[in-house]
Amino acid sequence: MVPNNDGRDEMSETDREKYNFNIVRGFAFSALFWLVIGLIVGLWIAFEMFNPALNLTPWLSFGRLRVVHTNGLGLGFGLAAIFATSYYILQRLTRTPIIFPRLAQAHLYLFNTVIALGALSLFTGMNTTKEYAELEWPLDLGVVVFWVMFAINVFGTLIKRQEKQMYISLWYIISMTVAIAILYIVNNLEIPVTLFKSYSVYAGANDANVEWWYGHNVVGFIFTVPILAMFYYFLPKSTGLPIYSHRLSIVSFWALNFAYLWTGAHHLMLTPLPEWIQTVAMAFSIFLIAPSWGSVVNGYYTLQGNWDQMRSNYLVKFFIAGITFYGLQTLQGPLQGLRTLNAFFHYTDWVVGHVHMGTMGWVTMVISASFYYMIPRITNTEIYSVKLANIHFWLILVGQFTWTITMWIAGIQQGAMWKATNPDGSLMYNFLDTVTSLYPYYKLRFAAGGIYFIGILVFVWNLIMTVRKQPSQTEA
Amino acid sequence: MGITSKPVVFAVLSAVVILIGTTVTVFIPLFMPSTQPISASITPYTAVEQEGRDIYMREGCNNCHTQTVRPLRTEVLRYGEYSKPEEFAYDRPFLWGSRRTGPDLNRVGGKYPDSWHYKHLDSPQSMFEKSNMPPYGWLAKNRLDTEYSLKKTSTLGYGYSQNDVQQQIAQYRSTVTDGNYPSKESRDKVTPPELQKELTEMDALIAYLQKLGRDVKKMEAAK
Repeated sequence: MVPNNDGRDEMSETDREKYNFNIVRGFAFSALFWLVIGLIVGLWIAFEMFNPALNLTPWLSFGRLRVVHTNGLGLGFGLAAIFATSYYILQRLTRTPIIFPRLAQAHLYLFNTVIALGALSLFTGMNTTKEYAELEWPLDLGVVVFWVMFAINVFGTLIKRQEKQMYISLWYIISMTVAIAILYIVNNLEIPVTLFKSYSVYAGANDANVEWWYGHNVVGFIFTVPILAMFYYFLPKSTGLPIYSHRLSIVSFWALNFAYLWTGAHHLMLTPLPEWIQTVAMAFSIFLIAPSWGSVVNGYYTLQGNWDQMRSNYLVKFFIAGITFYGLQTLQGPLQGLRTLNAFFHYTDWVVGHVHMGTMGWVTMVISASFYYMIPRITNTEIYSVKLANIHFWLILVGQFTWTITMWIAGIQQGAMWKATNPDGSLMYNFLDTVTSLYPYYKLRFAAGGIYFIGILVFVWNLIMTVRKQPSQTEA
Repeated sequence: MGITSKPVVFAVLSAVVILIGTTVTVFIPLFMPSTQPISASITPYTAVEQEGRDIYMREGCNNCHTQTVRPLRTEVLRYGEYSKPEEFAYDRPFLWGSRRTGPDLNRVGGKYPDSWHYKHLDSPQSMFEKSNMPPYGWLAKNRLDTEYSLKKTSTLGYGYSQNDVQQQIAQYRSTVTDGNYPSKESRDKVTPPELQKELTEMDALIAYLQKLGRDVKKMEAAK
């Protein structure tokens, strides 16, 4: 059922005592920590792209740092934010406190330990090279263990729940819990040689196929599914408006879950992977536009007749900008998966721009608003500053958009230069020309990243001050 | 009121829905020999080449270099013959990559002499002033650790005996430390004197790079 919108006084003191919000808070601030670390690394490697002087030591060389960036933000920030909001949504929608609070606490500690060791191990070059699954096997085991701990609490709490119907957000949390377990385990099957080194059980084209089935769907089930869980819960809560269509959300949910898993091979267009797998992936990618836009439409129509909230409610801006970037993302993705367009765009910065619109736009926008809604409520206070939240919004919007547009243009330029031929049929540019011509874009990208980073610092500051404010408030 | 009030049934149904596409496009192809065909012309990496490959992975070279040439006219013109599936039968993991910040390397074997690689790895900027590739001169200052070479090649199923592995290592060492090694001058320039008679990480990395795309030429010739 649609969550009640009972405004600011929705949670009584007994409610606040009944639910376990320490764990929510612990994961929320872990997320912010890994966000800042991941972005600093991101800025560092963005600088290295036009000035290799920052490759000061092996630890700071681009090849090692890039994976610290992607893992730190994907697994560190992304997962922590998902755990924080999932533990919150789960308790509120079931009207049941987390069933095993100590297990949840252990989950928090183990999670942060694995991410910290993960970052450290990637710095030292323990890297399996499978994208977004670079951690070596002992840390993979750590990830599996904390995922199981999370799953036990999810299903335990769901079974003990006091609200009969499970609302949409819970469906998304369930499917994420199941899908990530399957994806992570299957892709990380490896044979250890030492404690720090292993080899994939799959070879060549099979390894590539498994990896991009994982790589694409880990984006789907970390950067889409749980973010939709947040969107479907926090948008109605913060606007007081029920989701436009329950039926549309059911259709979108099942269609998304079904279609996503067929599409991984659009990352492997024109490689030695059998052509039929590529073609199937291409077809399902196009199909995937429908369920993705189902959620976009549902989001927009929820605000039907209440668009004034874009002005009066600062959270709505985040949600609507976020779902808009999701909509653009889910059109761009399938289109660049088409074989002919892929031949042009693949391996260029266009794809880098595509990914970052999703992560810096959709994912971070929705997590930001969810945290702004959630943190004051679990600490029984008001947000420290709405003005700062607005500044945060505009900085990350401008930063992200400048960033992605810059990379799209850079990608088009590089794709075109790779393909350019002289009248006699010879290549017009050597490879280095196609790299150095991008340096102006890389400088602009670095600047845009800086703006975005300042926006994130404002966000973090705003939440720290919100939590700090709490004791004085209770006294008053 | 249906499955939305049955969390366990809901989870099982989700898993089934997720596994349909997975089974058709991933699990079934794993058992089809046509997904990863093999060819007698494609030989596994030697112990030294495999060590080089592991260094390539450790340094995350795959973050900037792809290893798959697509069947596109300008791509074949730039890099050479497009990639064939047989070439990757021993690649665990695959290293096709996803972004070409640097050029594709699937056809780099034999394209340049070893001396080119010693100079280039030591300082890419000394050869291409505006290159953004990080310098890797320090690889020549690390002695190659071959302690696990046998265990690695056995794990990968290359079928080498302990003797084979030792021989491969000794043979490559004598090649690069020989007084008549054509790239001696460049190697000595980047390798510290105490390691000039040993195998370094840079030696192994270059051995690996020189292997890329070589066997497929034999395979094409045999057709």
